[in-house]
Amino acid sequence: MKLIPDLIKKITDNEIWRSVFRHGYADTPRNRVLQIISNIWLHLHPAKVREHGTKIRFTWCMGGITFFIFLFETITGILLMFYYVPDVNRAYADIVDLMYVVPFGRFLRNSHRWGAHAMVITVSIHMFRVFLTGSYKPPRQFNWVVGVILLVLTFLLSFTGYLLPWDQLGYWAITVGTNMARATPFLGHEGPFAYILGMRADNDVRFALLGGTMIEAPALLRAYVWHCIAIPVMASALMMVHFWRVRKDGGISGPL
Amino acid sequence: MEVMEEKGREVKDDRVFTWPNLVAKEFLAAIFVTVGLLFYSYVVDAPLRELSDPGQAENPAKAPWYFLGLQEALVYFDPWYAGVILPSIIILGLILIPYLDNNPKGNGYYTFKERKFAVSVFVFGYVFWYVLIYIGTALRGPFWAFFWPWEKWTHDFPTPPPLHDLPLLLGIALMIGFYFLGLVLPALVKKDFFYKLGIVRYVLTMGLLLTMLGTVIKMIFRLVFNVKYIIATPWINI
Repeated sequence: MKLIPDLIKKITDNEIWRSVFRHGYADTPRNRVLQIISNIWLHLHPAKVREHGTKIRFTWCMGGITFFIFLFETITGILLMFYYVPDVNRAYADIVDLMYVVPFGRFLRNSHRWGAHAMVITVSIHMFRVFLTGSYKPPRQFNWVVGVILLVLTFLLSFTGYLLPWDQLGYWAITVGTNMARATPFLGHEGPFAYILGMRADNDVRFALLGGTMIEAPALLRAYVWHCIAIPVMASALMMVHFWRVRKDGGISGPL
Repeated sequence: MEVMEEKGREVKDDRVFTWPNLVAKEFLAAIFVTVGLLFYSYVVDAPLRELSDPGQAENPAKAPWYFLGLQEALVYFDPWYAGVILPSIIILGLILIPYLDNNPKGNGYYTFKERKFAVSVFVFGYVFWYVLIYIGTALRGPFWAFFWPWEKWTHDFPTPPPLHDLPLLLGIALMIGFYFLGLVLPALVKKDFFYKLGIVRYVLTMGLLLTMLGTVIKMIFRLVFNVKYIIATPWINI
């Protein structure tokens, strides 16, 4: 089979190609290193990695896929923000418009929604893999802690997005979820020992989450700001720490 | 490298170039994920129900699926535990794992034999979390009543049997006995385990493990003996 080499030769061995790309890529060890270290995105990686770290049966690829889905969600999320206004009088209509009027709007919203679910799944599988390989053991203890916080942030990202369509599904899901805050010991007005701090429906921790005693306009705005700005910023900062620590703690874990 | 070997030190270099060995796989993974997500999004629509109406509660009203394990726990526990303390303990317990597990073996490779305790406990908790999510997602219908997968969700289900609380003193005795025996017995029977961990790690590890098991046991008490609370007081119920 010489099909692929022949094809490559056909595509590259002509005047047009050579007018665009001044020279070819010589597959030398030096160039393999340069591909990584002189590329701002790829130099997140070391130039060389231990072989088992490239094996999908070892890493399951789940951490990388989770990061990739985060980027996917960022891009689709930004596009959705062009069409969606977090105003109780508009939000639902904006989603309906996305589903029926905006070109590719339905596709855009679907992929953002399913991407969010996929991310919750991949991040939890990633944690499972890291546990099974004992990769939280010294010197990587703290990076596991960062990972747990990122897991919680992933849940919260998805949870805050749930309210935004302002439909019955999101509204009652967030009702169920935030009602739990009412029951917080000491800090929620229906929780044990709430009377000690004088908690009422209009000053407890649920009130702080919702910006009111019910899910109304302030709650929608808060969900939106947490979802689109605050949590992504926190998650991004922690991801930087997470990836940096992978490198600093000796790269991908493996048998010593 | 050869120089080092001459000095009698064996240097194992199992490293390969990231480009293309790793980058190519990442690129392929990114393509597969993108294609998969876009294909699924093309075929299946994201759910959208009617405009929200505070006067018209959904029945059942369900949290997002990844929280349904906690919502399912609400059947067995008061909200302060199922919705606040239990998730807090889970997060805290996860964070503590690397500091509690001082077994040096199994660092960076798959093994069950060398860390049976750690893997068993984690896998049990992980699976249990998803079992609860499955029950909460698929088997709970209107009024959070239980329906088998082959049953139709109706509003016409048999009234669940009445629940009762354990007598207060019995409940407190059971609770103290559970934690006391749970802490003391393994230390006496498996002295090795205790000494390897040290008292602080041991108490934290077993405390977290007993709380996880206690959560399951309380569920069994409820399902088998119709016990509502182990400890019922005017201030707090467990």
